[in-house]
Amino acid sequence: MSKIVRVLIWSAVAACGTLSIAVIALRRGESINAMWLVVAAGCCYSLGYRFYSKFLATKVLVLDSLRATPAERLENGRDFVRTNKWVVFGHHFAAIAGPGPLVGPVLAAQFGYLPGTLWILAGAVFGGCVQDFVILLFSVRRDGKSLTEMAREEIGKVGGFIAYVSILGIIVILLGVAALIVVNALKGSPWGAFTIAMTIPIALLMGLYLRRIRPGKVLETSILGFALVMLAIVGGQWVSQSPTWAHWFTFTAPTLAIVIIIYGFAASALPVWLLLAPRDYLSTFVKLGVITLLAAGILLVHPQLHMPALTRFIDGTGPVFAGNIFPFAFLTIACGAISGFHSLISSGTTPKLIARETETRLVGYGAMMAESLVAIMAMIAACTMQPGVYFAINSPAGVVGAMPEAAASTISNWGFPVLASDMAALAHSVGEQTLYNRTGGAPAFAVGMAQIFSRSLGGDAVLAIWYHFAIMFEALFILTVLDAGTRVGRFMVQDALGHWWKPLGRISWYPSILSTSALIVAAWGYFLWQGVKDPLGGINSLWPLFGIANQLLSAVALCVATTILIKMGRARYVVVTLLPLFALVCVTFAASWHKIFDPNPRIGFLSHARLLASQIATSPKPGDLARFMLNDHLDALVAGILVCLVSVILVESVIEWTRVLSGRKEARVKETAFVATRFAAEEA
Amino acid sequence: MRIMFRGFFRIILAVLREIFDESAYARFLTRNGMISSAASYAEFLRETELSRARRPRCC
Repeated sequence: MSKIVRVLIWSAVAACGTLSIAVIALRRGESINAMWLVVAAGCCYSLGYRFYSKFLATKVLVLDSLRATPAERLENGRDFVRTNKWVVFGHHFAAIAGPGPLVGPVLAAQFGYLPGTLWILAGAVFGGCVQDFVILLFSVRRDGKSLTEMAREEIGKVGGFIAYVSILGIIVILLGVAALIVVNALKGSPWGAFTIAMTIPIALLMGLYLRRIRPGKVLETSILGFALVMLAIVGGQWVSQSPTWAHWFTFTAPTLAIVIIIYGFAASALPVWLLLAPRDYLSTFVKLGVITLLAAGILLVHPQLHMPALTRFIDGTGPVFAGNIFPFAFLTIACGAISGFHSLISSGTTPKLIARETETRLVGYGAMMAESLVAIMAMIAACTMQPGVYFAINSPAGVVGAMPEAAASTISNWGFPVLASDMAALAHSVGEQTLYNRTGGAPAFAVGMAQIFSRSLGGDAVLAIWYHFAIMFEALFILTVLDAGTRVGRFMVQDALGHWWKPLGRISWYPSILSTSALIVAAWGYFLWQGVKDPLGGINSLWPLFGIANQLLSAVALCVATTILIKMGRARYVVVTLLPLFALVCVTFAASWHKIFDPNPRIGFLSHARLLASQIATSPKPGDLARFMLNDHLDALVAGILVCLVSVILVESVIEWTRVLSGRKEARVKETAFVATRFAAEEA
Repeated sequence: MRIMFRGFFRIILAVLREIFDESAYARFLTRNGMISSAASYAEFLRETELSRARRPRCC
């Protein structure tokens, strides 16, 4: 293709992207079609990948296709395996895509579709994709070392320790929030509870089938498991309509929380092959299928967005969670724009599969773009709903009232008309008793997704099936994160305690397994219980806390990346990691300040505690208020500790940069020595 | 066109086999000169249990 044609094509892509973003940003007072978001995303990602990632690959990181990767040098057919780049891409995408990019945009939609969409696009192209790409490459050049190891080697021992504590902190908070989302999605829903309960015996059955009947036939087993889950969804409708069975599967939020805590403990202590692995396979199968279906549904239906570009809640008075557009919109959407958790995956399994250094661009940068597209789809699903319905589902009873008429009236007074009768009809059509006060984002996403699916296939008659399919998908997804996260946390605690008393570090010693599992489950279980009992729905305090922890981990990853770039002698390009680092530091530190000290009790933990203290003398339940106060103080403490730890790593990094740049310290990176690839001829 | 489609589906299948650990199992069998059976799959699970259990799943 001649240069002129190429220039013309890319100019057309740029013009198309500019037009789409202009329509998204400037159109007011009338709804726009979701395809504008899809086109804007497509153009931004194409341009970002073609030009920015190429600039990173050639100028900043200077990828060398002749340098042997660990998958080649250390190939053992087990952990280190040279793998086709598209296969690694799929593998990496399946690992980084979790419930975050689905739930975050749904929650952030309370500001309107504009802030979230812009942050997803800009955050991914200039932040998330860069972080994943850079950390993946640096791990490849260090024999697949983890983020913690790289932080320890390149920044210092304190950096390694802080990375460890941050990872543990984020895992605990993440699991608490994730479990809360499941509780809020399943409370009072016999259909949903039955379907999810059935996934446990189905996963156990899959584990046994895989081990005894068809060893190694995982795809086949996953398809069978999926068919059984679909049967469970259909069976769930029957259960919800049977007075006897519906009673058995209708749970209150506290009961569900206890069940999930017990489940988390059991899943962590059971053998991997029995529950964790089959559930993981089933969840991945459903996940990939649903994401593909949702993309196809959006392209087929190209729905209108009913949510305005900006809502009145940009002033911080939002019912879904309180806080101004800055910093809370940027904190709420983590995984779709930039997520610290991805740096764990980029420095985990993936670097051990990369066949050529040049492929880190496709895998690191490209897979994050795909994840960001999932977040755009979630934003579309949330914004296709009528705003009144969206707020009725996502607002806690403590803000809009517990009675349907009161809630509908409050929301209508905000300028988002909704009738109690419409909500009752919608709940009936999706097979639920009520859709009010379903905080957490999952039910709202399920309603949006079910509406898109039912318009492409089956019509209103199957809306309930699609809704429960979506709920099953999200809950299955989240429970898999819960299983895996509890186990990863358990290993981290065992590793740490093993330094103190050796037997506790023995990963197969049952007293150690049980005690460390109990420790991790108790930690996230506490946050879950706190969320369940919170009259404001839990998400208001816990999701920002999770966002802070996740973005702070990203700040740690970008500190490591910046340090390595400076030591590589690429200081003139250091803005590529410093820019997102600066943005994240501003967002997380501002958010932490607000969450701890803001005088508005709906935002600040301490002011909320003070408000409760003033009410305690006149309250009929002083014990409850005292417990809420303790929770507020604990949340403030957790946010404060995380910020202090990351401040230390920032200061330590800046000291290291200054020493290297001023020549007081030799600029030497701790990467594996260059070895030429045996496949040089192939490269040539 | 047909070749392109065939290549595309071959890649999709390879991705799925890698994600679902079928390729890892095939490599295990090759490496150890075994044939697929309940015993060899149990051995494979034992060998990969630790790395699988330590693998984080993103939020």
